Amino acid sequence: MDGLQIKKSTTTYDAIIVGSGAGGGMAGYVLAHAGLKVLMLEAGAHFDPRTDSQQLKMPWESPRRGAGTTRPFGDFDAAYGGWEIEGEPYTTKDKTEFNWFRARMLGGRTNHWGRISLRMGPNDFKAKDGLTDDWPITYNDVKPFYDKVDRLIGIYGTKEGLENEPDGIFLTPPKPRLNEIFITQGARKAGVTVLPGRGSVLTEALPGNTSRGVCFFCGQCGRSCKVYGDFSSSSCLVNPALATGNLKLITNAMVREVLTNKEGLATGVSYVNKDDMQEYQVNGKMVILGASAGESARLLLNSKSAAHPGGLANSSGVVGRYLHDSTGSSAGGFLPQLLDRKRYNEDGVGSVHIYSPWWLDNNKLDFPRGYHIEYGGGMHMPTYGFGFGMQNMNGKVPGRDGKMKAAGGYGASLKDDYRRFYGTQFGMAGRGTALARYDNYCEIDPKVVDKYGIPVLRFHYKWTNDEINQAKHMQETFQEIMHNMGAIYGPPQGKETNYGLEAPGRIIHEVGTVRMGDDPKKSALNKYSQAHDCKNLFVVDAAPFVQQGDKNATWTILALSMRTAEYILQQRKMLNV
Amino acid sequence: MNRRDSLRALGIGTLSTGTLLAACKSNKDDKTKVEDASTPPSPQAGRQSYELERDARLHKETFFTKEEMAAITVLADIIIPKDENSGSASDAKVPDFIEFMAKDLPEHQLPLRGGLRWTNLQCLNRYGKAFVDCSHSQQIELIDMIAYPEKAKPEMAQGVAFFNLMRDLTATGFFSSQIGVKDLGFVGNAPNRWNGVPDDVLKQYGIASASI
Repeated sequence: MDGLQIKKSTTTYDAIIVGSGAGGGMAGYVLAHAGLKVLMLEAGAHFDPRTDSQQLKMPWESPRRGAGTTRPFGDFDAAYGGWEIEGEPYTTKDKTEFNWFRARMLGGRTNHWGRISLRMGPNDFKAKDGLTDDWPITYNDVKPFYDKVDRLIGIYGTKEGLENEPDGIFLTPPKPRLNEIFITQGARKAGVTVLPGRGSVLTEALPGNTSRGVCFFCGQCGRSCKVYGDFSSSSCLVNPALATGNLKLITNAMVREVLTNKEGLATGVSYVNKDDMQEYQVNGKMVILGASAGESARLLLNSKSAAHPGGLANSSGVVGRYLHDSTGSSAGGFLPQLLDRKRYNEDGVGSVHIYSPWWLDNNKLDFPRGYHIEYGGGMHMPTYGFGFGMQNMNGKVPGRDGKMKAAGGYGASLKDDYRRFYGTQFGMAGRGTALARYDNYCEIDPKVVDKYGIPVLRFHYKWTNDEINQAKHMQETFQEIMHNMGAIYGPPQGKETNYGLEAPGRIIHEVGTVRMGDDPKKSALNKYSQAHDCKNLFVVDAAPFVQQGDKNATWTILALSMRTAEYILQQRKMLNV
Repeated sequence: MNRRDSLRALGIGTLSTGTLLAACKSNKDDKTKVEDASTPPSPQAGRQSYELERDARLHKETFFTKEEMAAITVLADIIIPKDENSGSASDAKVPDFIEFMAKDLPEHQLPLRGGLRWTNLQCLNRYGKAFVDCSHSQQIELIDMIAYPEKAKPEMAQGVAFFNLMRDLTATGFFSSQIGVKDLGFVGNAPNRWNGVPDDVLKQYGIASASI
């Protein structure tokens, strides 16, 4: 440690933004375009889909044929990081379980996400059952920002006029693939609504935008797009913000702490530069956290001072509390009627072509709220895992000669089976609302630090019967849909697996750790995501969520971050910054 | 940007994707207009340094012995033989792929090595020889005892588990190779305009509309 010193910058930025994902990216975009001098700190490496995407690589271009050894979603997936990162541990408490996915890169998780872009509805902001706290804002407060996000970034979908699935300003959605037509028929027969998908992919040119390419239908959004045909924070927000000349970006900058003065106001942040492992301090008139629900809570809890003894912006004690991820449970099978199907390119887009919004009334159900269903299937690029488990399929249908054959096998007949079954498989996954609960939380582990010496998060998260019953309902619904499709499929997941309910964190929709609210005793932020205890501190990721709907969080993060950034611009004089 | 500009922005002619090259040859005349054909990314672009180092290290290491590799090759070619459409597993270098995967995903090491040993012991007891030294009909006789999970005798369950793993790895290695992808008839990964299920396919399945 000889020579280790803290390098203090003399520059004072108008704003320092921590994180470059959907929330940080949007705040940077709005503020830099408004002329503020902004510093953005990203904990991971630089990444530009244009040059760094693995898009269009064939499976043999990966020695592991796309297996998920170093990247959980496969070797071609865009995300650097995952549920485990060497030297950056987290812990759990009381034998509970939480999986924390972190993407350490410019743009964060927006590089690889599913681009499924659903608005939260009026009943998501203010639930009719009264089981959870209302947001301090309504759908109507957020609607203008959803609209602006639609226009700025682009989203496909169809106008449906459903109360809690608000329509947006849509580009043309992709038509369904063959398997998805069968899914649609089966689901509708089961009384399940099926709609064209809603995704942030430019299926046609985005009006007024000349810097992004149009989708050419390779179906590989998860790898990030070299022509910027889908939403990632770098291509749509950070790069344009850099082009204004008002944003300075530092990558590999792992923020340690938000610095405050005697009055308790934020003055900047300290960070470790991962390239030279030196410690730095930078000054800002305000600090905006967009580090992710987990990291922003961790930063606040690690930023203790005389003015903020329980952690910054935490006089209420709620920071870290009310952590919630979406529920998830899935099923799949194959369609025997599609054996030996004709080959053609059906890659489509890399987001959903169809989905089912929540379609039921909860009065007759044994769980609150609901879930949506995402579907997929077809003639995908074969990568690692292709053909696995043939012994579970090829004994279930007659061969070319019309005779049943023994499951498994080898040789020319088996080789032919892989051709015959290609493109017959499908899958469906429920994504549901988990209630925000005080007892599900993250806190600072008193004993463990990461390789930078920063105290790490410790999670405490338990599902309840509400979520388990919801997963049970998903499994029952899937069985009915698959039966109606004429599919061949296995039995539903049962009690022993909580009906296939994924562990908390696996759906990567974690939100709620720095909640907003009108009452400073019960919330950390006001309705503009400004800290009650520190007026020049803002949080723009998913941490301010009071209660998530069954909707994927990104579109709401973008809308709320834009709303906060515009509020900052309006309030700059009052804020005296 | 329209869709054609999108393709140009990819830096056509620099990607290793044959299909893309073919799809874009007709636009050759337009190439002079390419506004964003800056230096093409290297194959290593977008790979983290630890990933590149790890791959290089794994390629240098050897896991299976020569004898084990010989047995893997015989098994792989029995699972995926040459036929009128395409070559065999070993033509597609599946044994090398399995060697790499055993190093890349070490959880495969014990089941594969132990399974090969189990197979050899079965052959020694039955035929007095190691698996690779048995006649083809002896090899097939043994494989018939472990290749059909629902028919196999309970005492062969370990062999069934081993053969299931070999079948999975062989098929995945074969059908993700150039030979296998061609055999399968995968024609995606090429720029196109997705307009829904083709009319003749809709008709084949009696579906009225390409929309839902």
